[in-house]
Amino acid sequence: MKHLLSTATLDRATAIRILDVAEDMAQVATRDVKKLPTLRGKTVVNLFFEDSTRTRISFEAAAKRLSADVITFSAKGSSVSKGESLKDTAQTLAAMGADAVVIRHSSSGAPQVLAQSGWIDAGVVNAGDGTHEHPTQALLDAFTMRKRLHGLGSRGKDLDGVRVTIVGDILHSRVVRSNVWLLTTLGARVSLIAPATLLPVHVAEWPVTTGFDFDKAVDASPDVVMMLRIQSERMHAAFFPSAREYAREWGLDDERLERLPANTMVMHPGPMNRGLEISAAAADSARSTVLEQVANGVSVRMAVLYLLLAGTTEADL
Amino acid sequence: MAARTVLQQSDVTRALTRISHEILESNRGSADLVILGIPTRGAILGQRIADILNAIDPGSVAVGYLDVTMYRDDLATQPTRAPAPTQLPAGGITGKTVVLVDDVLYSGRTIRAALDAIADYGRPRVVRLAALVDRGHRELPIRADFVGKNLPTAADERINVRLVETDGIDEVAIES
Repeated sequence: MKHLLSTATLDRATAIRILDVAEDMAQVATRDVKKLPTLRGKTVVNLFFEDSTRTRISFEAAAKRLSADVITFSAKGSSVSKGESLKDTAQTLAAMGADAVVIRHSSSGAPQVLAQSGWIDAGVVNAGDGTHEHPTQALLDAFTMRKRLHGLGSRGKDLDGVRVTIVGDILHSRVVRSNVWLLTTLGARVSLIAPATLLPVHVAEWPVTTGFDFDKAVDASPDVVMMLRIQSERMHAAFFPSAREYAREWGLDDERLERLPANTMVMHPGPMNRGLEISAAAADSARSTVLEQVANGVSVRMAVLYLLLAGTTEADL
Repeated sequence: MAARTVLQQSDVTRALTRISHEILESNRGSADLVILGIPTRGAILGQRIADILNAIDPGSVAVGYLDVTMYRDDLATQPTRAPAPTQLPAGGITGKTVVLVDDVLYSGRTIRAALDAIADYGRPRVVRLAALVDRGHRELPIRADFVGKNLPTAADERINVRLVETDGIDEVAIES
């Protein structure tokens, strides 16, 4: 594996391998010395053209636990604000000897450009590009589901037959795209619930079922309910009449939480808008996996960095 | 590719029994013993040695396995290896007598990695090394305390250790 740009190109065996390696990485967090010497001498650059807290910190923690050197670069306060192009930034990083670049960019496809341009000979990890993909988020979501379902026996398991309902802003969500491809590859059945204005036009071509009625989806007792954040920064039009109406129709409130089976997982990629797409009671309930998702994120990103950087570059995954 | 069997099932069992007794002798009993096998086949051998020790002195010996993949010094020159799980006994390894178990002792680099890994989990009182086969060609100043069989080999020969749990048969063969 040279790059991780998308979950659409991952086959089932590769996906399960990443999750299995993440199981081993999760063990490191339980030890006296929470550090492995594996990537000593490698340099990982976090290239963040868009704001992020948890993804950036998570990648930073992952790289540091593997003993890599981490350089974090955010567009604010850098030469990008003076008008430097992606090409020049990439060539600067190449000259500094970066072994891997973790990139978040507001333009869909920017990581792809970086990986294929030849500007830099480093592994590229997509940490979220526009409304396109966020593969490590999908991997950590799948890891969290597998861990809740199978516990210590998770290794080697897929998600065959798991019914996942994803609710909210499908249109702008890169998390949902990565999750649809990955979860389907792993055998889960995904259904998307959203107001008609927040479903993409081409959703009919996706391997999913869609609906507009969250109450009906709740009564179907899904194994997993994943709430998406309402991304006000990408909302340049009126997609729904008011926040209150959205919360009433598509929010996971206390009443809907009550109707869900006791073992249904409530997931949210964060950051949460409490009271809008998810109520405080739902976010803090025992069914909520929000904090597990954060902890698992570090393990999954360690696994990705390990598989990208540890072996010879022509190694096949 | 000629293969020659050098240890058969009874030889393997006898070697492990002898190693177990030597461990007890050198440790003067089974107090604070932790057997740590190195996956894949070292972990199986470690479990077998622990079973023999527990048959002699029931419930006295803790057993676990220690994956050293992340500590290897040849990661960058090989295709990516998948790590195996590590599981330490509940009592940990600090202050204990740890016996590392591997199937074949060759360059000594796996053991070097294992010693580094151990240091990240705790501080044992003593670390000893048991190997079913010592084939020579050491590249580091490392030596086994307990050896099942010394097998002088040429560097281009291959030693294949097969065990019932993974391969359906107990035997050690040289391929040349």
